[in-house]
Amino acid sequence: MKTSMIRHDDYLSRKAHLEGLTDQQLKDYFWRLVDQAVTPLVDLAKTHTSPAIERSILLRMGFSSLEAKALVDKSIAYGLIKKGAGHVVTRYSLITNLSIREAGLKLIEIKDWSTISFGFGGKQS
Amino acid sequence: MTPDKKISVKEILKNLDKYSPRRRGWTWRIPDPNYQYNGYHYSDVSQSLQQSVPLPAAKSFGNIDPQPLQVITTEIASGRFEDDIRRMRMAAWHGADHIMVIRTAGQSHFDGLIEGTPQGIGGVPITRKQVRAQRKALDLIEDEVGRPINYHSYVSGVAGPDIAVMFAEEGVNGAHQDPQYNVLYRNINMIRSFVDAAESKKIMAWADILQIDGAHNANATAVEAWKVMPELMVQHAINCLFSVKVGMKKENIALSTVPPTAAPAPDLKINLPYAVALRDFFDEYKMRAQMNTKYMESSTREATVTHVLNMMISKLTSADIQSTITPDEGRNVPWHMFNVEACDTAKQALVGMDGLKEMVTLKSDGLLPEKVRELKERAILFLEELLEVGGYFEAVEQGFFIDSGIYPERNGDGISRQQNGGIGAHTVYERDSDYFAPVTAHFGNNNIEQYHLSPLESPSSFIGGCTFEDRTKIQYIDELDPEDNVDKRMSENAKYRDLSVIKPEVEWLGDGVIVVDLTLPTSLRYAEAGALEIAKKMNLKEAEVIHREILHPSEATRIQLKGKIDFDIDINNLVLPKEPDLLTDQDIKTYVADHPVTIVAGTVGEDEHSVGLREIIDIKHGGIEKYGIHCIYLGTSVPIAKLVDAAIETNADAILMSTIISHDDIHYRNMKKTHDYAVEKGIRDHILLIAGGTQVTPETAVKNGADAGFGRGTKGSHVASFLIKHLKEKRQS
Repeated sequence: MKTSMIRHDDYLSRKAHLEGLTDQQLKDYFWRLVDQAVTPLVDLAKTHTSPAIERSILLRMGFSSLEAKALVDKSIAYGLIKKGAGHVVTRYSLITNLSIREAGLKLIEIKDWSTISFGFGGKQS
Repeated sequence: MTPDKKISVKEILKNLDKYSPRRRGWTWRIPDPNYQYNGYHYSDVSQSLQQSVPLPAAKSFGNIDPQPLQVITTEIASGRFEDDIRRMRMAAWHGADHIMVIRTAGQSHFDGLIEGTPQGIGGVPITRKQVRAQRKALDLIEDEVGRPINYHSYVSGVAGPDIAVMFAEEGVNGAHQDPQYNVLYRNINMIRSFVDAAESKKIMAWADILQIDGAHNANATAVEAWKVMPELMVQHAINCLFSVKVGMKKENIALSTVPPTAAPAPDLKINLPYAVALRDFFDEYKMRAQMNTKYMESSTREATVTHVLNMMISKLTSADIQSTITPDEGRNVPWHMFNVEACDTAKQALVGMDGLKEMVTLKSDGLLPEKVRELKERAILFLEELLEVGGYFEAVEQGFFIDSGIYPERNGDGISRQQNGGIGAHTVYERDSDYFAPVTAHFGNNNIEQYHLSPLESPSSFIGGCTFEDRTKIQYIDELDPEDNVDKRMSENAKYRDLSVIKPEVEWLGDGVIVVDLTLPTSLRYAEAGALEIAKKMNLKEAEVIHREILHPSEATRIQLKGKIDFDIDINNLVLPKEPDLLTDQDIKTYVADHPVTIVAGTVGEDEHSVGLREIIDIKHGGIEKYGIHCIYLGTSVPIAKLVDAAIETNADAILMSTIISHDDIHYRNMKKTHDYAVEKGIRDHILLIAGGTQVTPETAVKNGADAGFGRGTKGSHVASFLIKHLKEKRQS
């Protein structure tokens, strides 16, 4: 646990380097700093996913909230969430020739996900 | 829907599974630069409503109801969405066009969508059925008032992207979205919050949903609200730029800004520089001016004054959306009447300050620009140190935020969260290189090449379109809980729904709550105990003191208490006083042309009120002069003898006495005196005595010697009708 800092108000000495800036320069500088703070957060989001994101994808693919949750939970359990839970359903529909909705419902129903794991290059159990 | 009929919640709930929202996205008001009335030219108003309830004083101004330029927000979430629908209609009639629904306690931590219509606590469980029903109701309400209404709730918690999708599908127009809110106030893991937020924002951008951030919460949480001002600018900036980088348009991003302090602090001295600094830095974004809630106590008057001062800041700087906080929020989950009051307060204050900036300029030297500069510099110093320690996540860990010092002062009491802690920690997964999501409005890496899709088409084309292109794919769930749902609740209070049996209510149909406002001539503690004893004797159930105000430590205390009554009333058994039987204007004119009529009029006693009586008389207000009646107006504070003597001298047919001051029943005593003096002078049988005033009850006026009494809302035609009818009878006999 990191501790929080205690410090007296040293605004007057700390701001010395800002004094020469015009209001416009100050504003530009503010937004440059914000850009530096925000860019890594955006990059993180680009390359990562979460259960909520995957559920939102399944909702858009035509599943109910209950179905989406079940599919995401199983995708996590089978280590396939990194492929995308929507991707899992899509790939299964390609493999089985079922419609997207049928494929998703089938994946919720069946206990054995080896076909789909195999579909992503996993070992067939 | 017609104004004389209640909105039918039952009808709204019918066929909800088939409902489609009529539009997507946010709607601003349309300015009406040419709005003028009777010599008043307005500078900043928007197009009028087709139906509305104007401000009370509007009756002196031809019942005009000028609407400010700002969208006006009201927050409605009593826990029962079905009753909130009725309140939304009330608020819309008072000028609200942004209806915000607060979520039930705990929804932030619910990992997924809630379905059905369970009852909420301190808000409403936001579900597809509830959203759909309320959006459908608002379609009817916006048609009724003649202005689009924006519907709004929250895209936050651990199910942000799920909710964003549902909102996009259901035509929600505005939403709060700010990952910092999750992190700081809901202890949701920071990595999860930002990763989720990008997807949520991308979806909101697709649906053209206006985003409002969550920075205002820092005010309510901070030990001394104004000291977080530099940090607030940083919080706003992080959410704004993060949203832009994800793909949101700047014009769809609004800052939720609150004037941080309130009187007795020097309100404007602190709040105005902050408002200016913020608008300088964020001039490309929208401003949602929220009101200060930090210092709200149980006094609705005090809250209202704070809010009016807040709106002065909105007018002196800018606001695209003016939010309202109900003045009772300091004591309970808002009630119907306070939503309406808050909307009226906003409308009255904003219209009252119309054109302020055409007359007043903010100074470009002295205290104001110095303070503005200082705040900007402090915000920049905050950002510099945030980057120095390694970025946003690291800064949160080190308790940078909501520290009670004014940065760079730090008191070591900020909110600290850990990167690997909080709800939803360790639930973020790195996408594999073949990660794929076949949907519209998905943010980030998406390997569409593996399926030979073009970046020019939506990835959803691979599955023949997603719900954003084809809403028939949406899976609608009606209810999951057979006990906790709207049908059950509506069957329990069916007796009061759309039928003739009524019971008082403050938030829910038939809740039976009433408020008693009383002053007891004793000290606070005795007054409180005494008031509860009185409530018991009044047979009020669950009585509770909701407001106490010392008028003097020993002389008197004002108490407001609420309690429930356990009886109801059937309006079919009520006997209504007879509506005035009016003659037509032409009948009156014809009679007066053939039989000249003279009256003398004045406000009697030590009473300087003239407006009411002038309205009854003056031709320009539609008063009785227009019928050709000869009016001799004696002015205000007219002695009774003078009024009667004038009637004798002019051989008048009637005396119109106005009496506004009603303290100690002086108004009725003056009627009696006038009657007696007219008897004494021997003219009482030949003359009509008509009394009027805001506190006059017709029956009591007659008991006190008048021939007729006219109360609040009386028009010249009412008085003229009475006058002519009685003169006809008199002259015939």
